[in-house]
Amino acid sequence: MAQKAIREYDAKSILAKHWDKYFPDFTYSYETVLVTSGAELLEAAKEKPWLKEKPLVAKPDMLFGKRGKNGLVLFKDQKPGDVTLEKAAAWIDEKSKEDVEVYFSFDGDTPTGEPKVDRLTHFIVEPFTPHDQSEEYYISATCVGDEDVLYMSAEGGMEVEEGWDEKVTEVAFPITAKEDEIAEKIKTNIPADVKEEDKENFAKFAIGFFKAYRELNFAYLEINPFVMQGNKIELLDMVAKLDDTAGFMMVEEWGDVEYPTAFGMEAKSPEVEAIEEADAKTGASLKLTLLKPEARIWTMVAGGGASVVYADTIADFAGIEDLANYGEYSGGPTTGETKFYAETILDLMTREKDPKGRDKILIIGGAIANFTDVAKTFTGIIQAFEKYADKMKDVGVKIYVRRGGPNYEKGLKDIKEAADRLGLEIHVYGPETHVTDIVRMALEEK
Amino acid sequence: MGKLFTRDTQAIFWNNNKTAIQRMLDYDYTIKRETPSVAAIVAPTSGNKFEKFFWGGDEIMIPLYKSTTEAKAAQPQADVLLNFASFRTAYDVTMEALNLGGFKTIMITAEGIPERLARGMNAYARELDVTVIGPATVGAIAPGAFKIANIGGTIENIINSKLHRAGSCGLVTRSGGLFNELSNIIAINADGIAEGVAIGGDRFVGSVFIDNLLRMEKNPDVKYMILLGEVGGTEEYKVIEAVKSGKITKPIIAWCIGTIAKYYDSGVQFGHAGASANAERETAEAKNKAMAEAGIHVPATFNDLPATIMEVYSDLKAKGIIGEIEEPEINIVPKVRRPKQFICTISDDRGEECTYAGFPISSVATPDTGKGIGDVISLLWFKKQYPKWATDFIETVIKTVADHGPAVSGAHNAKVTARAGKSVVESLVTGLLTIGPRFGGAIDGAAKYFKYADDNGLDPKAFLKYMKGEGVPIPGIGHRIKSLKNPDLRVTGLMNYAAEHFPSTPLLDYARTVEALTTSKKENLILNVDGTIGILMVDMWRALGYSEEEINEFIESGTLNAFFIVGRSIGFIGHVLDEKRLAMPMYRHPMDDILYDVKKADKL
Repeated sequence: MAQKAIREYDAKSILAKHWDKYFPDFTYSYETVLVTSGAELLEAAKEKPWLKEKPLVAKPDMLFGKRGKNGLVLFKDQKPGDVTLEKAAAWIDEKSKEDVEVYFSFDGDTPTGEPKVDRLTHFIVEPFTPHDQSEEYYISATCVGDEDVLYMSAEGGMEVEEGWDEKVTEVAFPITAKEDEIAEKIKTNIPADVKEEDKENFAKFAIGFFKAYRELNFAYLEINPFVMQGNKIELLDMVAKLDDTAGFMMVEEWGDVEYPTAFGMEAKSPEVEAIEEADAKTGASLKLTLLKPEARIWTMVAGGGASVVYADTIADFAGIEDLANYGEYSGGPTTGETKFYAETILDLMTREKDPKGRDKILIIGGAIANFTDVAKTFTGIIQAFEKYADKMKDVGVKIYVRRGGPNYEKGLKDIKEAADRLGLEIHVYGPETHVTDIVRMALEEK
Repeated sequence: MGKLFTRDTQAIFWNNNKTAIQRMLDYDYTIKRETPSVAAIVAPTSGNKFEKFFWGGDEIMIPLYKSTTEAKAAQPQADVLLNFASFRTAYDVTMEALNLGGFKTIMITAEGIPERLARGMNAYARELDVTVIGPATVGAIAPGAFKIANIGGTIENIINSKLHRAGSCGLVTRSGGLFNELSNIIAINADGIAEGVAIGGDRFVGSVFIDNLLRMEKNPDVKYMILLGEVGGTEEYKVIEAVKSGKITKPIIAWCIGTIAKYYDSGVQFGHAGASANAERETAEAKNKAMAEAGIHVPATFNDLPATIMEVYSDLKAKGIIGEIEEPEINIVPKVRRPKQFICTISDDRGEECTYAGFPISSVATPDTGKGIGDVISLLWFKKQYPKWATDFIETVIKTVADHGPAVSGAHNAKVTARAGKSVVESLVTGLLTIGPRFGGAIDGAAKYFKYADDNGLDPKAFLKYMKGEGVPIPGIGHRIKSLKNPDLRVTGLMNYAAEHFPSTPLLDYARTVEALTTSKKENLILNVDGTIGILMVDMWRALGYSEEEINEFIESGTLNAFFIVGRSIGFIGHVLDEKRLAMPMYRHPMDDILYDVKKADKL
């Protein structure tokens, strides 16, 4: 994926780092820390005296919103704006002690849908900024279709999503838009509700914001809300995604930025992690997602496009109830890499018998390769067969193979011979058979 | 009209990707193209001038250049750029080509170009009406005409999938792997494809489905089209619009893969980076449904696609819209090929008669051909037919330098060796081995330094200062006894010839201004014969239309010295034969002509 979400803390740090370039007419105090425990916060206070001197706000910084509605923003002890350093530290420790439930959608203040359950690990702590509601504004930018769109609203805060169409002004720009055109168009589209005395400053800020969004290769950038008090800006809440394909040119600009996994993502199985690790080490591509490990149809498909049509076809013929995994290997993996990939899948599929007593089905599929050597990759699969043949026979596995491309005749002959030698049931087809037709054959045969 | 490529299309291949280029050339050979589809390779870090590739069982050389700009200047007819640069440089390479102009199509293979750069590059190309294929693609093919890099896979698969000759289908896919598969399906169920493009898997690609389908609509060879889309994005809706509005009238068969995605939340990434549905209308199911409603042929499942293709094809054939295809004859690429160890580009002894740069020896040898040794040199050294004024000049030079008496070091060495009883060849090479920076080398030096001064606009004064800085006397200036008043008639002869026959002599004119300055300092600092030859050779090449770089290469490779070597060999052989004739005894140098100053070695 090219677009990756980053923490609020990192988003603010990136803007702060380039503040004078994009917002020369404004000041931003950049008083913010990211901590993982109360102790860490107390430690940080030694370097940053404002943590001791100012009332604080603390909240999780883990890529999810609706923190206020989830009761996860600490801004008051007895009354708003009285949170001390010690209180914040104690609150962080309490909240990170055990798993919490977080709802991602609300109807009014009532949560809807299922909550995600996970541990809170990262918190952002900042000064409590007393301000008037009328000083809060909303701004964001992202790419829609082929255009960049800037969204501006005079109403900041979490209510903005309700009544989006009335409150938000959208301005779209083609990628080729020049800086002065952009500035001009933004100036003439400042939301009417922005206070008269703020209009000029709002425009200046929005122009700088949009320039930062473009030049710093953000895929999404939102400040909701920011507080504008004359030339003083506070960034109360931010959401950002970076285009990580631009990482190689943004080393200096982005600094040390982290791409956390989303809150509540199920822990990955060790097998999936092992495949990811192997994938990271090779120029080829190895991908594995476990959908339903107890299901009976397993796929080992070469190629990004082909893997999708196999999954589609299995869903069409058998339904997704029977599909155990999704994955692909491509880009000319070595024999060793293919062997490891095949072993991982064979290991997973031979752990349990099918509850209904049916044979399991292994689809070794693929389109006609452009340059991957079929015989070479099949050698890796054959080595995995040799290791798992007994287990495969215990569980009952029928193998269906279809593949074409460089050296495919040898690959098909080798895999047939190996399976026959090992006593495994195998059906082998080449490019003369339609790519996904083995799915039909496998499922029609009772 | 409406065709992406023809049998004459040639490409500049950015990156010396030998396997992919060889596959293109094997394809060219198979389909009997007359010219290779790769005209030039850009290899910024290579020091080589060409790369060898097989052409059938034979070999050909494809020139290498350091930049797209150089390659395009040398091969202006190549209007396709195959950009195989990495994701870090692919953008810069594309922009350079777009700014250069003259490219109709640019194919970009890199995956993961920064999105903002990709969008800018695609928009700029669109503005200039350049078709961009990719990024993140395996390319495109016009069967029987031109194939990009690895698309279609091995040559065996290409023939099996009927990609070696035009069929009647226009094929557009996102995925490169499934492109091959679809070609195969179309070959089995119909008559193959007329043109095919894999548009690429990145989120922002240059030409999208609709661009390619609209072009195919105009291509008379395309009778129907197949579109293989993917979950995610809304590009298929543009095709639906074009069908509804009548912009596309040819039948379309279409399918979007990724129907499974609806069963899972966004955590499961199926397929390419571009493949992710952000809204209901971006799902494969919604798109398949919308396309079917617009009258596009959409099968029930991907597995039914072959049947749909056969149905549409048979219908068109029954209506006479698609005719029979005559299978063309093809060349078979030999299974075993051996690269050649040596290359020869000047003469060829394989035919009836040996040729010099394409001219049989008999056509230049006898007097009635009107050709002289200057012509033979121009053919064998420069692979060109020089005009008479130039070949005459070459002969004048050779005659002028043929000998300079027995006392010069080279002749002396040859004579001493001959008197030691050695053969003609041994004596000759002894003399030749003396030729170098101090003997004969002034020709090279004069050409090099005077050209440098002229190229850099140094006035005579500045040139003298520069040479002083270099710490060498100016090559080609100065004579033992001759002066302006007592001129060297060989020099006079060369200069008169040049004045009469050369179109112009800019470097000599410049050298004369230098000579005016040096002779004002000392009488005998005249332009000598070596200097005159070196300088006039440069003027000759300039007048013949060689570029400054080519002339610099001649100088650096020692071509000027070669004229001296050929000429002076005549004299050396004369001296050697002279010795043999006179039967002179072994030579021993008189001891009284040697200063002996030998001290006892110190102990260390």
